[in-house]
Amino acid sequence: MSAENTNTIPCRKMFTDTLVELARLDRDIVAVTTDARGSVTLDSFAKELPEQFVELGIAEQNAVGVGAGLASAGKKPFVCGPACFYVARSLEQVKVDVAYSGNPVKILGVSGGVSYGALGFSHHSLHDIAVLRTFPGMHIVLPCDIYETKKLVQELVNYPFPVYIRVGRNAVPNVYENENIEYKIGKANLLLEGNDLTIIGTGEMVYHCLQAGKKLHAQGIKARVIDMHTLKPFDKEIVEKAARETGRIITVEEHSIFGGLGSAVTEIVSQVNPVPVRILGIPDEYAVHGTPLQIFHHYGIDSDGIFETALKFI
Amino acid sequence: MMMQNEIKELQLQAEKIRKRVVEIVYSSKSGHIGGSLSSVEIETALYFHVMNIDPKNPAKDDRDRFILSKGHSVEALYSVLAASGFIDDELLNTYGHFNTKLAGHPTKKVPGVELNSGALGHGLSVGVGLAIAAKMDKKSVRTYVLMGDGEQGEGSIYEAAMSASHYKLDNLVAIIDRNELQISGRTENVMSLEPMRGRWEAFGWEVFDIEGNDMESVVTTFDNMNHGNAKPKLIIAHTTKGCGISFMEKIAKWHHGVPNEEQFNEAVAEINDRIKSLNEE
Repeated sequence: MSAENTNTIPCRKMFTDTLVELARLDRDIVAVTTDARGSVTLDSFAKELPEQFVELGIAEQNAVGVGAGLASAGKKPFVCGPACFYVARSLEQVKVDVAYSGNPVKILGVSGGVSYGALGFSHHSLHDIAVLRTFPGMHIVLPCDIYETKKLVQELVNYPFPVYIRVGRNAVPNVYENENIEYKIGKANLLLEGNDLTIIGTGEMVYHCLQAGKKLHAQGIKARVIDMHTLKPFDKEIVEKAARETGRIITVEEHSIFGGLGSAVTEIVSQVNPVPVRILGIPDEYAVHGTPLQIFHHYGIDSDGIFETALKFI
Repeated sequence: MMMQNEIKELQLQAEKIRKRVVEIVYSSKSGHIGGSLSSVEIETALYFHVMNIDPKNPAKDDRDRFILSKGHSVEALYSVLAASGFIDDELLNTYGHFNTKLAGHPTKKVPGVELNSGALGHGLSVGVGLAIAAKMDKKSVRTYVLMGDGEQGEGSIYEAAMSASHYKLDNLVAIIDRNELQISGRTENVMSLEPMRGRWEAFGWEVFDIEGNDMESVVTTFDNMNHGNAKPKLIIAHTTKGCGISFMEKIAKWHHGVPNEEQFNEAVAEINDRIKSLNEE
């Protein structure tokens, strides 16, 4: 196994470890949760900084509203819990108290997508990007590995807008070699150069895109690979450039094929420079039950599936 | 003890605000007049007597906060903000106009508004967040949240109620505008809310039943609260929907009714009579 595959730290753990480091120095950082301190890995935050920790029990609507109140009072709240609940049960609070009211709450949705694969659709969050993209002023980020997660948290603390962050449950292979990376919310990262086609991924899919891209390069197909860590505000320039220079785009997301990354990309290219696009994601069905990797494979959004789609697309 | 002339000044202010409510609903042909009129005394007392706020500096540090959770009663809030100097009275006349700053529910575009509201059952949670922040920073800031009685059907309120007593938020004051009517009729017929006092006491709140359109009752309740007893406060303000306009009082259709010219003139005449007699006292 290569070094990049040996990571054992889930992104949620990197998120909260970084947050607790920052919160020691900044008393305005507040972690809010809903009986999810274990799932989110907030135990050490709660033990070390109890005065900056707010437990609200199983009550997501209240948690998001409380987060809005904390932000309104000048605190820097991170409302943390399973993604599936925050963008469903408490969606109206996200819409009105956070986005519409412009309260810069950071909502950390952990175990997003099909992380809870075996637990069924109630625990999947495959609609979050689609819904939140339509709220003006709401920013959306899906970091792909622990290094990107660490950089993201550092930027988020004083970021003046509401942000939804989705990370998975399990440790994922590193995409980057270390934390010394260029990272800015709203600016996608180019991972692999190439002009034959472009593969754009977000969140955990980025690793699979990169693996597929490398395999294509080995076969002489120069695939460009882009890490679209921010879904909103969306980096239009990098997409326009990819359309112009590579003529074909594959998008890959752990999300419904409706309304997410694929939609965002096609909204741009169809109006600026129409090129063929293949949207890979979870189709319009309740996802099969299994481990995330089994589910990715089933729907062809792992590196093998992306590679095969690319071969047929060229 | 408050001086009687201060009570009278507040009553007079409330009547002037009530008149502006009727005027802007009439001129815009829109609004939620019944619940605005029932809440006039509460909001007047808060903005002119109770809260630590500065109309010239709406964002000042450590100000007390008011959240209008029953956002549809916005005509009363806008009229109070104009009367207290947060916004120009002229701006009030744009209520209901295309692209006005004064939307049909409160927004933070308007100086003095702390939350965009309109979806019911949200304000108390935001108030809990504000109150927790004040406790964390050991500030004497207080948070006031005005809810409707029909609004009490929203389950999120009880999530907030639990958390307020769990965190001993004695700096949080919720008020229910208990006018007993909601859009479809009597609250007790739509979805019974009683025993309201017992329910809130069971959630760990200190509850005050008061006459919510009686200025003396309102201000003495706010003034005499113990903000050091570790209990969040709930005022059940027994009010009259459409209060102060005889033909609107206690009639559900005035939840969002708009007076015609004759009714408008009658309403203004009733208010003017009260203003006159208060001035003569």
